[in-house]
Amino acid sequence: MQLKLTDVTKKFGDFTANNRVNLTVEPHQIHCLLGENGAGKSTLMNVLYGLYEPTSGTIEIDGAPVSFSGPGDAMAAGIGMVHQHFMLIPVFTVAENVALGHENTRGMSLDLETTRARIREISERYGFAVDPDAVVEDLPVGVQQRVEIIKALVRDAKVLILDEPTAVLTPRETDELLEIMRQLRDNGTSIVFISHKLREVRAVSDVITVIRRGEVVGQVGPETSTDELAALMVGRDVSLTVAKDTAHTTGTALEVRGLTVVGDNGVVLLDDVEFDVAPGEILAVAGVQGNGQTELTQALVGLEEQVSGSARLDGQELVGLRTREILASGVGFVPEDRSTDGLVGTFTVAENLVLDRYREREFAAGPSLRLGAISGHAGSEVNEYDIRTGSVDSPVATLSGGNQQKVVIARELGRPLKLFVASQPTRGVDVGSIEFIHKRIVAERDKGTAVLIVSTELDEIYALADRIAVFFHGRLMGIVGPDTPREALGRMMAGEPTDSVLPPAPWDHSHDDGGSPAGAPAGGSTAAPATAPAHAGGAAAVTLDGDGLDPGAHPADRTTDRPEGNRTA
Amino acid sequence: MSTAITSQSSGPSSGSPEHPPEAALATSAANRAVGVRTLRPAIGLGVLALVSLIVFALNASGQRVDFRFSNDGGAIRLPDVSVPSAPYGWVVTIVLAALAVYAAVQARKLPRWAVIVAGFFFVTGFLVWIVGTAQTPSISITALLAGSVALATPLVFGSLGGLLCERSGVVNIAIEAQLLFGAFSAAVAGTVAGNPWVGLLAAMLGAVLVAAVLALFAIRYRVNQVIVGVVLNVLVSGLTGFLFATVLEPNAASFNAPDRLPHVRIPVLAEIPVVGPVLFDQSVIGYIMYLAVIVVWFALYRTRWGLRTRAVGEHPKAADTLGVSVNALRVRNVLLGGAVAGLGGAFYTLVSVSAFTRDMTAGAGYIALAALIFGRWNPVGALLASLLFGFASNLESILSFLGTPVPSQFLAMLPYVVTILAVAGLVGRSRGPAASGEPYTKE
Repeated sequence: MQLKLTDVTKKFGDFTANNRVNLTVEPHQIHCLLGENGAGKSTLMNVLYGLYEPTSGTIEIDGAPVSFSGPGDAMAAGIGMVHQHFMLIPVFTVAENVALGHENTRGMSLDLETTRARIREISERYGFAVDPDAVVEDLPVGVQQRVEIIKALVRDAKVLILDEPTAVLTPRETDELLEIMRQLRDNGTSIVFISHKLREVRAVSDVITVIRRGEVVGQVGPETSTDELAALMVGRDVSLTVAKDTAHTTGTALEVRGLTVVGDNGVVLLDDVEFDVAPGEILAVAGVQGNGQTELTQALVGLEEQVSGSARLDGQELVGLRTREILASGVGFVPEDRSTDGLVGTFTVAENLVLDRYREREFAAGPSLRLGAISGHAGSEVNEYDIRTGSVDSPVATLSGGNQQKVVIARELGRPLKLFVASQPTRGVDVGSIEFIHKRIVAERDKGTAVLIVSTELDEIYALADRIAVFFHGRLMGIVGPDTPREALGRMMAGEPTDSVLPPAPWDHSHDDGGSPAGAPAGGSTAAPATAPAHAGGAAAVTLDGDGLDPGAHPADRTTDRPEGNRTA
Repeated sequence: MSTAITSQSSGPSSGSPEHPPEAALATSAANRAVGVRTLRPAIGLGVLALVSLIVFALNASGQRVDFRFSNDGGAIRLPDVSVPSAPYGWVVTIVLAALAVYAAVQARKLPRWAVIVAGFFFVTGFLVWIVGTAQTPSISITALLAGSVALATPLVFGSLGGLLCERSGVVNIAIEAQLLFGAFSAAVAGTVAGNPWVGLLAAMLGAVLVAAVLALFAIRYRVNQVIVGVVLNVLVSGLTGFLFATVLEPNAASFNAPDRLPHVRIPVLAEIPVVGPVLFDQSVIGYIMYLAVIVVWFALYRTRWGLRTRAVGEHPKAADTLGVSVNALRVRNVLLGGAVAGLGGAFYTLVSVSAFTRDMTAGAGYIALAALIFGRWNPVGALLASLLFGFASNLESILSFLGTPVPSQFLAMLPYVVTILAVAGLVGRSRGPAASGEPYTKE
């Protein structure tokens, strides 16, 4: 079935989210919608799915105009959608989730057996291995996503919209999803693939439509280079790599030994972790969301309750201190969710910039605040960090995601630090701000601060890391050099130990038909001992200009042609 | 776990690259789990043992306590049980102390059997002690339980009504108002029509009216649901109080003297000792109560409506993306919940007393709300919790009748103490519908 959008405009008040968008999705096609966060991709798809009513414009299916008053209509017309945030009910079973809204009944009672059979059938056809009676909240996100796809397929979707489907997946799960998308296409389902990740887009798309600020700015093929795509998406040339010198490190700033965090229910969330971070070094923590990284950062700043082990910063024990004492000892912290933990949305930009410093002499006189000083401080920070805001007195919630994040970064880097801990420093941030924030983090490193970055985006890990620590199920799988191949990191993130992923000696690479990126020195892939921070400046000398570190420069077809089959130990 | 599943998927999907088999092995390990050491159960049991020692054992009256299991006229007679109060107090103390020691050694969550044993001994210990202090230390278990069921009836309807609301995501603090207005409507309509069945219908309609106001403000205008509920309770209390004083009281014969609903005794079954009189010798509303619990349970867990209701209460947006009309379903459920709560209101004026009096529900709506939470938003759980509260209330009235020296004010606190202990998580934390209390709007 052919889906055609003509001059679709969607306005929210004065704000135009989509402006005269034209788009045609042909049958048997994976059509990618590429654009930055906030470019209007999701809005457009919500219009298409009947969640929003378009302000003007028409939607046609096979040449006949349609209008949807709700998702029910869109589904009846053969459009299915997998939302970025899964629309699954956590306490329901897979079958209940799939049946919802589309239930079969036998007399008065619900007939889930038919649904179960359909799930098994689809699951078998695509190799999903989904148990219809599993409770959704117990399933890993990759499987939850398949449940979402099954939901659409059960309703006979002819066009499947996937909204940022890879954001929550491991690299391997991502590859598997791309493979599923190809299979679906070959079986006749057209796919609208929304993403801002250039690598995946190039790997799987038949057509790429680029959207910027709500408008279509170009339609290109998958052979377009990453740099061209990025430039189209952002509207100017961007550098996807961060210029950074080799770290020069001596000694140890942060010394973590046996750090363990236990959750309320007795599950060990962070399991006996041991590593060092040197002054002037960035240790980037890679891992799929929910593998202990959050607990690690929170334990370091005293936000976890059941912590054992030790974390010493320049010899001072942090475990057991209160959060305020930890911050005062020279720790800066960027929490992973700025809107809930990083900022007070209704407070002004100026107030948010002194949230952890309001009682310092500079900003307080006895019990009262020095409002003038706070305002002046905000003014200079807004200039220095290029925070785009109408006024320092605007509520911080009115700023864009990127600018909100800059407020957090400005506040945390505004004090003299010994250790800077940042969790997802650029999540939901536009490319321009990512560039800026990355530069500031590297600058902080160059001042001699120990930096610990947690990120689920491998691109970010590669852009910043002097060394990479990989977490899985609360355990540190190993610490590796910054030029470790993406595929090897992906396997460590899925729980394979370092030594099975990375051969111990360079000559083992002869078995490898192209797994390590061109130009990356093989020796650099050697697992670094967890307790040798100086390593970052030594054997694994970082050169950021190599192809291996530019995430976009991987050949697109690598995702389908993985070399891991040859790696059987 | 994730890759253990995903790696199987490469098999059937032809053409996809094969994954190395060892990947699944290496990734099958999940997070390590350790038992959380906790002394809380031991401390709790220790406190109970101490209370038992001081109150049940050392302060026992020394009388023998008789528990009667059969009515005098019953066809089948069970022997009475006679328990000496002081020795039994010591038995309870020793059992609880032993359990406390066991819990201290184990240092983790109590197993279910230990909770049941501790509960049984503490409650019977309390019963033996307090009846032992009375002038006539003899109590009819049948009367105790039958009274409990009667007192629990409005609570069951109230909590079922609340359940229908909350399961679809609307917090219903206004159960009290629905019970009270149901009672009022039943009295007036029942008297005016001269037919208690009309009163029963009017009770449902009256409570639906209250529910409609709740739905209008909570769903249409998205006012804070707790506040709307509290305001409704105060409003209905004031309104019925005013109408009672100005209309009902001066013209009691024409407005406030409804006939009672019939009492039905099911022949054979009612002859079963203890259980018979408790379950099969009931007002019509009592039988409707059993039916309501079964119907609501079936509807909630076995029908399309139930699936959608639970979905809307957990994750309305997900339901919306599947074409379920969230707010329409919520409005229907709130109104339906009102009708069910109204039946509970009718119990006051058509079964219990055949006249309306000011604020006659006396906070039962709040207890029903507690029963709903204690029963974990489950119809059967709500029934059992309501029975527990009904038991506590009935015990209070029976004890004051037996003439116990414990001040009646303290006894009157009993149902509420039980409520607060229950809701404070005596049996573990309960998880309510995730979206309860959150208005749903499309962006």
